[in-house]
Amino acid sequence: MNLSLVVWRQKGAQTPGRFERYEAKDVSPDLSFLELLDVVNEGLITQGIEPIAFDHDCREGICGSCAMMINGLAHGPQPAVATCQLYLRHFKDGETITIEPWRAKPFPILRDLVVDRSAFDRIIQAGGYVSVNTGEAPEANSIPVPKKDADMAMDAAACIGCGACVAACPNASAMLFVAAKVAHLGRLPQGRVEAKQRVDQMVDAMDREGFGNCTNHYECMDACPKAIHVKAIAFMNREYRFPRRKPGT
Amino acid sequence: MPEARVPPGPLPQKWEACRASLKRLSPSDARRYRVLIVGTGLAGASAAATLGEQGFQVESFCFQDSARRAHSIAAQGGINAAKNYPKDGDSIERLFTDTIKGGDFRSREANVYRLAQVSNAIIDQCVAQGVPFAREYDGYLANRSFGGVKVRRTFYARGQTGQQLLLGAYQAMMRQVEAGRVRLHPRTEMLDLVVADGAAKGLVVRDLVSGAITTYGGDAVVLATGGYSTIYYLSTNAMGCNVTATYRAYRRGACFANPCFTQIHPTCIPVGHQHQSKLTLMSESLRNDGRIWVPKRKGDQRSPDQIPDGERDYYLERRYPSYGNLAPRDIASRAAKAVCDEGRGVGPGGQGVYLDFRDALGQLGRRTIEERYGNLFAMYHEITNEDAYAVPMRIYPAPHYVMGGLWVDYNLMSTIPGLFVIGEANFSDHGANRLGASALMQGLADGYFILPLTLTAHLAAHRPRQEGPEHPAFGDARRQVEERTRRLLAVRGKRTVDDFHRELGRLMWDACGMERSREGLTRARAEIPRIREAFWKDVTVLGSGEELNQALEKAGRVADFLEFAELVCQDALHREESCGGHFRVEHQTPDGEAKRDDAHFCYVAAWQFQGDGQPPVLHKEPLTFDAVPLTERSYK
Repeated sequence: MNLSLVVWRQKGAQTPGRFERYEAKDVSPDLSFLELLDVVNEGLITQGIEPIAFDHDCREGICGSCAMMINGLAHGPQPAVATCQLYLRHFKDGETITIEPWRAKPFPILRDLVVDRSAFDRIIQAGGYVSVNTGEAPEANSIPVPKKDADMAMDAAACIGCGACVAACPNASAMLFVAAKVAHLGRLPQGRVEAKQRVDQMVDAMDREGFGNCTNHYECMDACPKAIHVKAIAFMNREYRFPRRKPGT
Repeated sequence: MPEARVPPGPLPQKWEACRASLKRLSPSDARRYRVLIVGTGLAGASAAATLGEQGFQVESFCFQDSARRAHSIAAQGGINAAKNYPKDGDSIERLFTDTIKGGDFRSREANVYRLAQVSNAIIDQCVAQGVPFAREYDGYLANRSFGGVKVRRTFYARGQTGQQLLLGAYQAMMRQVEAGRVRLHPRTEMLDLVVADGAAKGLVVRDLVSGAITTYGGDAVVLATGGYSTIYYLSTNAMGCNVTATYRAYRRGACFANPCFTQIHPTCIPVGHQHQSKLTLMSESLRNDGRIWVPKRKGDQRSPDQIPDGERDYYLERRYPSYGNLAPRDIASRAAKAVCDEGRGVGPGGQGVYLDFRDALGQLGRRTIEERYGNLFAMYHEITNEDAYAVPMRIYPAPHYVMGGLWVDYNLMSTIPGLFVIGEANFSDHGANRLGASALMQGLADGYFILPLTLTAHLAAHRPRQEGPEHPAFGDARRQVEERTRRLLAVRGKRTVDDFHRELGRLMWDACGMERSREGLTRARAEIPRIREAFWKDVTVLGSGEELNQALEKAGRVADFLEFAELVCQDALHREESCGGHFRVEHQTPDGEAKRDDAHFCYVAAWQFQGDGQPPVLHKEPLTFDAVPLTERSYK
């Protein structure tokens, strides 16, 4: 099949960017979307044009590296997959595909399609964990966890931290990302002990990073490659609703 | 040969005795020491978290944009422990014996025993961190079986066990970042090791965003940089996995052990087209319920549902009736290759075998299968456009893991004082073949429970002293990295880095993959220098070194592969026996099984670099087996 790509090119964080058009001729519909970019890049390099920079690593939808808007949709048109798991058979021969980086102020562009998502790390750093030191843990089966709770925790824990939820949200909100962690740990007895301060600290960190708020568009859920449900946001809101602790108490 | 420093005494008491004798540091002493850790996978992140908790200043480096993306994240199936929750007779002894036997008697007994001993504490730790392991309806932890094992000892979190364990370790590490004891350096790649005054004292790294090449000094260096399966170009590993950190350490004097011990995983999605960039693993756990077969007749073109049972060859069940579809990886891979070589393979090019869930779906129902493997079936569907609930999956072996790595003693220290190596990057625990669900166990055993003690004891014996850029060894190493980067950019030839990588990968797969021969390896050893020369004459890397330049990153990694590949082939050529994943066609039993030569090769091959163009020196660490007698490995 033949495809035309319109790709955002930007040399560095401080340089202005623009769209460039590249043709991909006679590519197999069995290629993954990133393999399409590989093929285009090989062609660019042989023409002496610097290849398109994009984050990618595991190429099986779990590391969360790959991140691009494809025809205006985070990770493209297929539901519940990351860009690396998107295959060309979902596109039409002769189609023009627009590829852009995540667009959100807390994710500054570094080059082409590569953005800085370290804001997510700082949110986890603020409280996305259970404070147990190595070697302090009790016997694993000493606390039974209802299967349903463990399953719901796992549903939320499946988040790969790619940032599609932010990119898809008209407010660039990170609510689904934060809520996924809050719900993962908050559903388990091991995470309950710090549940209150966790949600406070993580939401504060999210606000500090400049992410917007949730106004119930649910675009995040549609874009999420792991299909994490906005019920997690409801869970987080419930956890957050109670009076906040005063500093030092 | 360097001393392995295995503690004296009976096997079950070695680690306890060693632990008791290791010196400790109080938190106030610990904070005067700085530890540089490269890699943030299971081993690196768990080590950084634990050392941070103990008060050390930890500097943590990874080339990914976030520590959470290290390749451990992609491990699917599970993690072993000798908890014996299902009460099927498991024990530390049994986990130990299975691992020794699974590794085909090429691992160090004392290390493996310790691994089995530590396994249970890992599960406790992870559960306490909130890792959402699968549970039964009574609320207790669920277990399943894996290849090469007859008990259920594998803990799992759907098909995303690696992800959940890594997030647990990453979160524990982020807690130490918040506490100010761990400093993160994402998008930072280690390009050389600094050895000053005979000890590992620092790193040369490149900031992958600005391109700046700088040095860091510390009291010790820990490499947790994973494996080098991407030497084959196509593998199940992430695109960024590479050998640079361990290979550069080898060039600085660390011995490289058993580099030819690579694992080809039996259940991966076959190559689909010529632009394929990587292969996708289908978790080994699928072999619990899926049955592997090919048609009995050569070139049978019928669709699988048209082939009656009598005309199917369930070859693993036939050849290995005792373990059947759960035969260990090396054996299952070779068996798949054998039937495909006979012309009975299925799918495009005949490079595939069926993994069929028809019977399990009939017995257990679709819901149960979906619950167990839903995400894997979905992934398979995305890649192949086939519905594995309706037609059998097609699978074929692919490079997945390396047992080889930097040589370490019992304390996980390499032959360079102060350089510790953990996780897949070291050679220690899996011998010539790793059993499923043991990589996660080893990574976390090293990082949470072993390294923090042995590294502390090493530091306690030295006064805290961090060298800086003013030390000549730092300046020299940095200038060498700068020079190499400049050379890569200066070639400006015609061929892309990937083009060379593909060429090397094909050569390695043919000559040093599932089957190796004297003739093939000799040819590869002659061919590799030719490809390397062509690379330095004709590679093209556009752009500059002072910017985010992914082609330059890749070029450095492929350049190292082009040197390291020779060592892999040399190791494979020298080992005139078959064991585990190392199968030399000259050495097989009449029925095609690996034939070990314990009289001559019951040792760890540790190679020491002697300079460019010089053959490396081979040191042999003899392996003795006191607890498990050396026997022919049989899964029949």
